[in-house]
Parts: sequence; structure tokens; C-alpha cells
Amino acid sequence: MKSLADLKAIRDRMQQQMNLRDTEGDHIRVVVGMATCGIAAGARPVLTAFLEEIEKRELKNVAVTQTGCIGVCRLEPIVEVYVPGQEKVTYVKMTPDKVPTVVSEHLVNGRVVSDYTIGAAE
Amino acid sequence: MKEIALHALDIIQNSLAAEASRLQITLDEAGDEITFTVADNGRGMSPELLARVSDPFTTTRTTRKMGLGIPLLRMAAEQTGGWVHLESALGAGTTLTARFHSNHIDCPPVGDMGETISLVLQGSPEIELRYTHRLNGQLFFFDTAQVRAQLGDGISLALPEVTLWIREYLQEQETILNGQKGMNL
Ligand SMILES: Nc1ncnc2c1ncn2[C@@H]1O[C@H](COP(=O)(O)OP(=O)(O)OP(=O)(O)O)[C@@H](O)[C@H]1O
Ligand SMILES: [Mg+2]
Repeated sequence: MKSLADLKAIRDRMQQQMNLRDTEGDHIRVVVGMATCGIAAGARPVLTAFLEEIEKRELKNVAVTQTGCIGVCRLEPIVEVYVPGQEKVTYVKMTPDKVPTVVSEHLVNGRVVSDYTIGAAE
Repeated sequence: MKEIALHALDIIQNSLAAEASRLQITLDEAGDEITFTVADNGRGMSPELLARVSDPFTTTRTTRKMGLGIPLLRMAAEQTGGWVHLESALGAGTTLTARFHSNHIDCPPVGDMGETISLVLQGSPEIELRYTHRLNGQLFFFDTAQVRAQLGDGISLALPEVTLWIREYLQEQETILNGQKGMNL
């Protein structure tokens, strides 16, 4: 069972990794739409799934952020991926089980998962 | 929404949009009454806006410009015989209270408050948040001050490791609270 004292161990681990994280510079950004329509469509577990994959793979160059309405409610949950120097990629109708593929293919190997993008859905 | 905890997440987003720096979230389960409250110190609402947002006949259908979140919550709460109440003043913050009745067939489950709260902190790691869950006389209390006291200042609550730890910690505490309910029956 977890107790608040566990956080001290996390702190020590994080402090050692801090320098690593900071010198990385250009971050990949993953932006999850968390407005009412996104939450209703299932954005909450999608966001958690991204955090889990990123922690599991120890990706220090990925920042996950939340935003309001991205605008196309019927395609929620929507996730935008910004790789520095490349065009934004918009993934639609995301589910937690699509997340590992997006992380391994796109965030790690740089290959857009076209099947899940807005282009494939339209 | 499939869970009361998802409504809570959505309502908390309103507080964050209003630039709140302090949030007090309470979930109270007593008998068949489920009551949740989100109190913030954000910018608050003018009397006109408050009246419009509080009007049970304001839906997205009648006024296009209105949002979805509060009408959706009101509909869900009223379907169970409950209600939504708002108090707000400019500069003084906003308190929203919602009541559900769990013995009604349309009442959603409370759901995953651990995931809701951990993701609020992931999105707004600077916020001061307190969460109280009362369940038939038992109590669980969480305060970001407890977390920061252990973590120190340099470490963001938005780090995946920290967010996921908070989620699992809260989920465990919620399970324990629910187990105690089972034992009392
Ligand atoms: N905590 C709050 N503090 C200040 N203003 C609020 C607060 N909650 C709601 N409001 C006001 O009430 C409006 C309606 O809220 P509601 O959640 O129904 O819709 P929304 O947030 O605008 O859009 P949506 O929820 O669909 O993303 C908000 O736009 C905001 O102006
Ligand atoms: Mg809203």
C-alpha cells in the first residue's frame, strides 16, 4: 500500500534525473483535449494511458499537456502531437489501447500512425 | 457522462479556466445522497452571468453561446431527483454543489476520483487542492500541501511518475473507504 512517505524516494530519483530532463531542449508535445466534449468521449483514460506509456518507456523528451475544446466534438477524444520542426499531427477518436502504438511508432520512432489521424477519419 | 467523477473533472476545468489557485473538492455520500462540491478562488461571475448559468432553462439549445458542462451536470443530477446550486461573486470565487440520488436508476456511479484529481494536478501542477471524501461517517482527506511537503519545491506534480503515484494513492484510499462502507452494512 502506498503512503505519502513514498514520495521521498520519488523525489530522490527525480532529482538525479532532473539534469537529464532539462538539457534535452526540444521537446515533443502531446496535447490532449479536455473540454466537456473530450471528457464525455473518454479523454481522461487516454491522458492517463499516455502518462503510463511515457513513464514505462522513460521518455524524458515528451511533455504532455491539456487543452480546452479543439473544435470537432464528434471526433473526440482528440490528441495533437507536435514534433519540433514538423507539422502538427491530429489523432482522433483516441482510446487507451491506441496509445501504446502512437507512443512507440510516432513519439519514439517518428512514424505517424496514419490510421488514427484526422485524415483517415474524414 | 458515465461517472460523477467525470462531471467533477469537467466542473473543475471551469475553476481552472477562471484562474483559480485554490480548490476545495468535497464528495459526501450519506444514505442515498451523493453531494459533490467544487469551491474555487477564481475570478467569479457577475450577477448576470451567474443568473444565466444558474437558469435551469438555459441549455445549449436555447443559447448557442452557453457552454455544455453545467447544463449537462444539471440534467444528470435532476434526472435522479437531485439539483445543482451555484454561488459566485466577482473576485470572490465560485462554489458549485451538485446532488445526486444513488437509489435512482439513472444515477451514474461515483467513479474514479483518483484519476480525476491526479489529472487536475497534471494539468495545473501549481494549484493548492484539497479533497475530502466522506462516506457514511468515514472520512478521507487529501491535501497537495502533504504531497509538496514530501516532494520539496523543485519537483512538479505534472511529472508522469508523480501524477501516476497520486492516482494510485488516491485509488487505494478510495477502495479502503468503500471497503469500510461494506463492513458497516
Ligand atoms: N468556477 C467558475 N468560475 C467562473 N466562471 C465560471 C465558473 N464555472 C462556470 N463559469 C462560467 O459559466 C460558463 C458556463 O460554464 P459551462 O461549464 O456550462 O460551459 P463552458 O465551460 O463555457 O464550456 P464547456 O463546459 O462546454 O467546455 C463559463 O463559460 C464561465 O463563464
Ligand atoms: Mg465547462
